[in-house]
Amino acid sequence: MSSLIKFKIDGAECMAEAGTFIVEAARQNGIYIPTLCNMPGVKPKGSCRICTVRINGRLMTSCTTPVADGMEIESNSNDIKELRKSIVELMFVSGNHFCPACEKSGNCELQALGYLYQMMVPRYPYDFPNRGVDASSPKIIKDQNRCIQCKRCIKSIKDEQGRSYFAFRNRGNHLEVVLDEELAATMTDETAELAMKNCPVGSILVKEKGFATPIGKRKFDHQPIGSDIRV
Amino acid sequence: MSKPVIATTSLAGCFGCHMSILDIDERILQLIELVEFNKSPVDDIKTFTKPVDIGIIEGGCCNSENVEVLKSFRKNCRILISLGECAIMGGLPALRNGIPVEECIHEAYIGGPTVQLNKDHILPNDDELPMLLDKVYPCHEIVKIDYFLPGCPPRADLIWDALVALITGDPMKLPYEVIKFD
Repeated sequence: MSSLIKFKIDGAECMAEAGTFIVEAARQNGIYIPTLCNMPGVKPKGSCRICTVRINGRLMTSCTTPVADGMEIESNSNDIKELRKSIVELMFVSGNHFCPACEKSGNCELQALGYLYQMMVPRYPYDFPNRGVDASSPKIIKDQNRCIQCKRCIKSIKDEQGRSYFAFRNRGNHLEVVLDEELAATMTDETAELAMKNCPVGSILVKEKGFATPIGKRKFDHQPIGSDIRV
Repeated sequence: MSKPVIATTSLAGCFGCHMSILDIDERILQLIELVEFNKSPVDDIKTFTKPVDIGIIEGGCCNSENVEVLKSFRKNCRILISLGECAIMGGLPALRNGIPVEECIHEAYIGGPTVQLNKDHILPNDDELPMLLDKVYPCHEIVKIDYFLPGCPPRADLIWDALVALITGDPMKLPYEVIKFD
């Protein structure tokens, strides 16, 4: 028998195994905490900050913080929702997110968070950076305009020898996620599909397959993100 | 009491947002009971003839004429609404942002693969033509905008609810399905 501990999220009694990260523990208790850089099966790194919660008066990323016995977590208060909304807005202005022309629209996690927090307009000025699109590999298109550098593709899309198809290049404001040319030439259709699925935005697209699902039937057309978790 | 006055315009947009205004269907009969239209493509009134309560802007600012029209809307309207993605963030015209204007014009009139008839390589240079801006600007980066209605186009229900809420003063319902960015 493993050790179950008790904790509270926004006052609701929860239970999980000791050592579970808060995001996952919340999910097990039917409570949704938004994530972007974090996804099940990938080691968390707490870089996007969208899962920020308040514990003991301090803001922490819930994807990298394990639950502890008696912990009281504040997740859905107005100021934390406002903080998360501002993070979504920052991501929208720092890339080129043209939703009307994006193949991932309706299935995009960043866009879905914009809907969840009712982002009518970002409070920050648009940056409109000049970024490129790499369509040189046979299976996929890598659109740097939409990349939020969450690293999910780098960590989750690997060949049978464990080599990543994607990698970081450059630093600071020039940082970008690029595709390994040689490896990309060997990419299977299944891996390409998985890469597109694991990308939270529309930065990785499978070639010759845009707009496959009609408007009205896409993932976030009728249900807010997190609906599958909330009880 | 006189009816609230509405004005609308399309700047660097495709008129899709205006189509979406018409998409309120038979509620348009209620709308003309509720409000009076002034300068707008809907009634083809070209200039402001009285102070306006609600100005609705479609499209961002890509040239000097857009800026001038937007400023005249700010001057003549008590409330300004950015309607749709182009007004809010530049939209598809803003795909050129980040590319120098010179390159864009060269592609359109000289170097583009479909340019064949411009043998003398003439660039549009008539004084009557508005000047292109260095990039496409969201409306709220040019003048103060009071409300924002996202969508491409914004759903007719969103436009209707917003107008009714503004006119009646009732709080606006914002169901999940009306706020969309596409």
